[in-house]
Amino acid sequence: FYLTPSQVNSILKANEYSFKVPEFDGKNVSSVLGFDSNQLPANAPIEDRRSAATCLQTRGMLLGVFDGHAGCACAQAVSERLFYYIAVSLLPHETLLEIENAVESGRALLPILQWHKHPNDYFSKEASKLYFNSLRTYWQELIDLNSGETTDVREALINAFKRLDNDISLEAQVGDPNSFLNYLVLRVAFSGATACVAHVDGVDLHIANTGDSRAMLGVQEEDGSWSAVNLSYDHNAQNEHEVERVKMEHPKSEEKSLVKQDRLLGLLMPFRAFGDVKFKWSIELQKRVVESGPDQLNDNEYTKFIPPNYHTPPYLTAEPEVIHHKLRPQDKFLVLATDGLWETMHRQDVARIVGEYLTGVHHQQPIAVGGYKVTLGQMHGLLTERRARISSVFEDQNAATHLIRHAVGNNEFGTVDHERLSKMLSLPEELARMYRDDITIIVVQFNSHVIGTYQNEE
Amino acid sequence: AARMFLRLLSDIQWRAAHPKWRRMTSSQRSTSTTAEPHPVSLPAQAQVVICGGGIMGTSVAYHLSKMGLKDIVLLEQGRLAAGTTRFCAGIVSTARPVSVELKMAHYSNKLYQQLEQETGVQTGYMKTGSISLAQTQDRLISLKRIASSLNVMGIPCEIISPKKVLQLHPLINIHDLVGAMYVPEDALVSSANVSLALATAASRNGAQIHERTTVSHVTIQKGRVTGVETDRGRIQCEFFVNCAGQWAYELGHSGEEPVHIPLHACEHFYLLTHPLKEPLSSSLPTIVDPDGRIYIRNWQGGILSGGFEKNPKPLFTEGRNQLEIANLQEDWDHFGPLLDALLRRMPGLEALQIMQLVNCPESFTPDMRCIMGESPTARGYFVLAGMNSAGISYGGGAGKYLAEWIVYGYPSENVWPLDLKRFGTLQSSRTFLRHRVMEVMPLMCDLKVPRWDFQTGRQLRTSPLYDRLDAQGARWMEKHGFERVKYFVPPGSDLLDLDHSKTFYKPDWFDIVGSEVKCCKEAVCVIDMSSFTKFEISSTGDQALESLQYLFSNDLDVPVGHVVHTGMLNEKGGYENDCSIARLSKRSFFMISPTDQQVHCWAWLKNRLPDDSNLVMEDVTWKYTALNLIGPRAVDVLSELSYAPMTAEHFPSLFCKEMSVGYANGIRVMSITHTGEPGFVLYIPIEYALHVYNEVMNMGQKYGIRNAGYYALRSLRIEKFFAFWGQDLDAFTTPMECGREFQVKLDKGMQFLGQEALWEQKQNGVYKRFTMFILEDHDTDMDLWPWWGEPIFRNGRYVGKTTSSAYSYTLERHVCLGFVHHFDEKTGEELVVTTDFINQGEYEIDIAGQRFQAKAKLYPFSSLFTQRRRKDEVELSGYQRE
Repeated sequence: FYLTPSQVNSILKANEYSFKVPEFDGKNVSSVLGFDSNQLPANAPIEDRRSAATCLQTRGMLLGVFDGHAGCACAQAVSERLFYYIAVSLLPHETLLEIENAVESGRALLPILQWHKHPNDYFSKEASKLYFNSLRTYWQELIDLNSGETTDVREALINAFKRLDNDISLEAQVGDPNSFLNYLVLRVAFSGATACVAHVDGVDLHIANTGDSRAMLGVQEEDGSWSAVNLSYDHNAQNEHEVERVKMEHPKSEEKSLVKQDRLLGLLMPFRAFGDVKFKWSIELQKRVVESGPDQLNDNEYTKFIPPNYHTPPYLTAEPEVIHHKLRPQDKFLVLATDGLWETMHRQDVARIVGEYLTGVHHQQPIAVGGYKVTLGQMHGLLTERRARISSVFEDQNAATHLIRHAVGNNEFGTVDHERLSKMLSLPEELARMYRDDITIIVVQFNSHVIGTYQNEE
Repeated sequence: AARMFLRLLSDIQWRAAHPKWRRMTSSQRSTSTTAEPHPVSLPAQAQVVICGGGIMGTSVAYHLSKMGLKDIVLLEQGRLAAGTTRFCAGIVSTARPVSVELKMAHYSNKLYQQLEQETGVQTGYMKTGSISLAQTQDRLISLKRIASSLNVMGIPCEIISPKKVLQLHPLINIHDLVGAMYVPEDALVSSANVSLALATAASRNGAQIHERTTVSHVTIQKGRVTGVETDRGRIQCEFFVNCAGQWAYELGHSGEEPVHIPLHACEHFYLLTHPLKEPLSSSLPTIVDPDGRIYIRNWQGGILSGGFEKNPKPLFTEGRNQLEIANLQEDWDHFGPLLDALLRRMPGLEALQIMQLVNCPESFTPDMRCIMGESPTARGYFVLAGMNSAGISYGGGAGKYLAEWIVYGYPSENVWPLDLKRFGTLQSSRTFLRHRVMEVMPLMCDLKVPRWDFQTGRQLRTSPLYDRLDAQGARWMEKHGFERVKYFVPPGSDLLDLDHSKTFYKPDWFDIVGSEVKCCKEAVCVIDMSSFTKFEISSTGDQALESLQYLFSNDLDVPVGHVVHTGMLNEKGGYENDCSIARLSKRSFFMISPTDQQVHCWAWLKNRLPDDSNLVMEDVTWKYTALNLIGPRAVDVLSELSYAPMTAEHFPSLFCKEMSVGYANGIRVMSITHTGEPGFVLYIPIEYALHVYNEVMNMGQKYGIRNAGYYALRSLRIEKFFAFWGQDLDAFTTPMECGREFQVKLDKGMQFLGQEALWEQKQNGVYKRFTMFILEDHDTDMDLWPWWGEPIFRNGRYVGKTTSSAYSYTLERHVCLGFVHHFDEKTGEELVVTTDFINQGEYEIDIAGQRFQAKAKLYPFSSLFTQRRRKDEVELSGYQRE
């Protein structure tokens, strides 16, 4: 049996979300036109998360994808909390004071972030108080530390990542009197998540990456063709520098056991991640927390299991690698996606498919017969194929959905094969993970006009 | 590479023709044209200046010079036949639905056939025939209708089976065909060379041709053309002919006083291939597959195939600077659906190698018919353009008609359907044209069923009651930009269904219109007729009466308050217009004409009224809303609303009085209807329109009043044998020929236009006679419905065509109106048509090849008139316009 095209569409579009940056006075002053995002689960429930928000007290927009493992708890927590940590890190001293005073005197708080969320993207109500207190502690420390220097985005991103991971770890060690919350903070800490976050402010694009999700810039060349520029490095065994880094951080005696079967300690694919305290805490700490923890935790074989050759923790860090890029008019879009996408598609194809989608069919290279020998039949075939490509573009109102359609449905010719797409989407839950991973994509579209103006001003 | 090739396409033959051309003109050209672009200086003056060296311009020059005019100058901005003409597919096809277009194409074919012999220029003329394919039964019906009209014109044509198609053209896939029409005498030509041949002949006859000369604008003084400004100087002239093709609109607007020529260009694509392995014979018929939207002709052993896509690409909306014609791109993606259709039709061509996709802009008009004639605002300014991609088919005939128009004042055929004056400034908006041509171009291939309406460019002119009527279920059609109601869909009916009723058979509004007709006959209906053209003519002295007495055939010197039905005739006694004129006072008249007369009638009167500041003519069309109350209870409604007696003694028919209706005063009430039913027309100053309408509807309730539309009106007027100008009546029809002698006062004591011609007809008889036909063995439910243009047969011989038809709900029969001629059986010469000739014949009407018996009548059924009247009263109202 096959899913009908409309069934396929309803599956693909279930999680799609689009945001257009509003135009003021007819002038779009933001370098971001808007973004499309979507995710397709393979795990049940899905372990990927995504976030997008506009900073209200500073300029700029934050977007991120988070790939959870060993459950979705950590990815969920990071998706809720990380942007607050980043926003707070970016805030000037006066604003921090103002916020702290407001909390102190019970006044209404200045809003820090405006979230752009799909209805399916939820925030945990129960933990909000706990999370807020941790965050408040962070900004209180920042106020105390007042260096008087203007905030550097790179520093802010690194600090925010590290601080959040630290808070996750601490919350699990301290525990909570509420048994539900106590279990929650432990699940967050024992599961893990990678994060790939973009901060766009005018022409300044910062990518902070932890793990093996990826950020890619779509660039339109002068001849109209598309190319891809990587704005992040994967933190996994394929990255020599990462392997080198990990080896540097541990004694020579562990060199052989550090990376086995392309995994950290033979277990973990990403070499950097949030949570995953099993790769960060000492054996004693792990044992203590698990034993004093709730029964559910004790019954879980995974949490009790200590990685082999575990001698000099921590083996894992959440510290991101930050890349700064000055946007140029030819930089048309940014793709943030979890490894589910990059496993199936080459970045060059991603750049082309999104580029052609965003610019519409008008920019599809016109066919010219020129001096070639072309028969009516060949031309007919070519045109039919082009029309099929266009019609699949028209089916999607969302660049991320369009990309997922290609990622899942592409045949060997690089065109969407409905039969294949239908087969992949109708796999039963327990089989789906064997054929594909969760896919989460955010496509950010830039306003070349605005970027061009910035460039001229500089 | 693309441009290189386009040059080749026509230059191969251009080179062959050119030496001859140059030799012929060398007497006028001192040096070679290639070395110096402008060897001969322009003359300071000429009688006729033609702008445009394409097929139209050269054809006009050819025919003018043939008619003996010597003083002709043709100006071409580039080189002869270098525009659309050069890229044209060169198909001469006579299968045209509009009769006058068919005649033009037929003449063109005959002209081109002998052109090579006449001029010595190779035209590439090849009689291949053409086959129009039908994939559906409806398409076959429309082909059969065309076949009927071709046959009666003596043009060979037959409906053939798919099998026969295969015999005529071995490459065709016939599996999805239900039939086809074969026209064996259709031809192929090299259009550029036809143009060169015409130019050669014209220049041999004395016409001067100047290439690389651009007309910047035309100068007009006191409403007359005085000359032409070009980049090489000025030429004074009496007549100017705008044959600038897709640039005609811009050229018309370039002068101080704009001449509105509503046309707009669209890209048009066709494909050229290399020869087949076994090259196609040059005599292989041309294939037209309207359901696939394509045409296919043989071309140098390969094929040439183009079509009319559903999503046309209009261009040059902003003017000529937008893009150079030579830079137009091939657009394969756009051509894709047409290529699909081509390979479906000729699957064997898969392996055929492509040579070129040609992008050749064509100009289209708002109603799919070409534009010819004289500007209504500038005398001597003629136009011939907007060929809707049939330039080669029409070129010869259109050029001939326009030349006749210039030389004799009017062409030898009724060309009203093509007359520039059917349009006004209101069709001149670029936005309107852009939207409309996007609808028109696909329509070239769409099935044309009776009573279809354009969907774009609508709701431009509306009555103040538009929203009220629309809310009550009105379905609209458009005339001269004005929205008019067809019928009212009763609440609860399936509206969608009705809107899609496209059929050659009984339409689904049948019962709806039937009930509206019934209400007109038994109670009272109200029809909004605001679209009619309304003029007021007044003077300080008797100038108005005197002038109108000369311009109209009926006697207008009637007591104040009387209404006269009269024709506005030309010298030959033919109807230029048919109108009602009310004498408002001794010195002022109120004139009502058909909607599409607004431009033509204005120009006709303007050109003929004396230039006297004390004589004023005003177009008051927009000032009045007209409501027609039809039916026996109209009297009751109106008298209750006005507290005035409206019975025949107090308000006889053909009477006009200003009175109050409800609270509104100054309503012009006339006791005329357009259907022969009793009733009134109320001319209401527009600010009172809604009030009066509401009052009428409220008061009418107890008399069973309801809204009605034009379809009901049509049925009523046709069953009563009322002719309608523009449909039944034209400039070639006199009152004598349509039983309206009573509207002509030959002895009114002064001369009037057309008087002599009518005298002669009165003495010698007429050569055609307007006749009513009642279809006898026609099954309304099962048989094809008549429309108009159906051939009439008398005793098995063709005698004429119908001009309109409708179902009569009273007679429960179809009624067709049309003209009967009397052709001599041996010579074909036209003879006088007598009453006996009409009465002593057995008649048949041919609907798409099927003949139905019909009874002919010269007078309407008197039983149809509800009120008993004296015979002359019946005759007095025996008139209808719309």
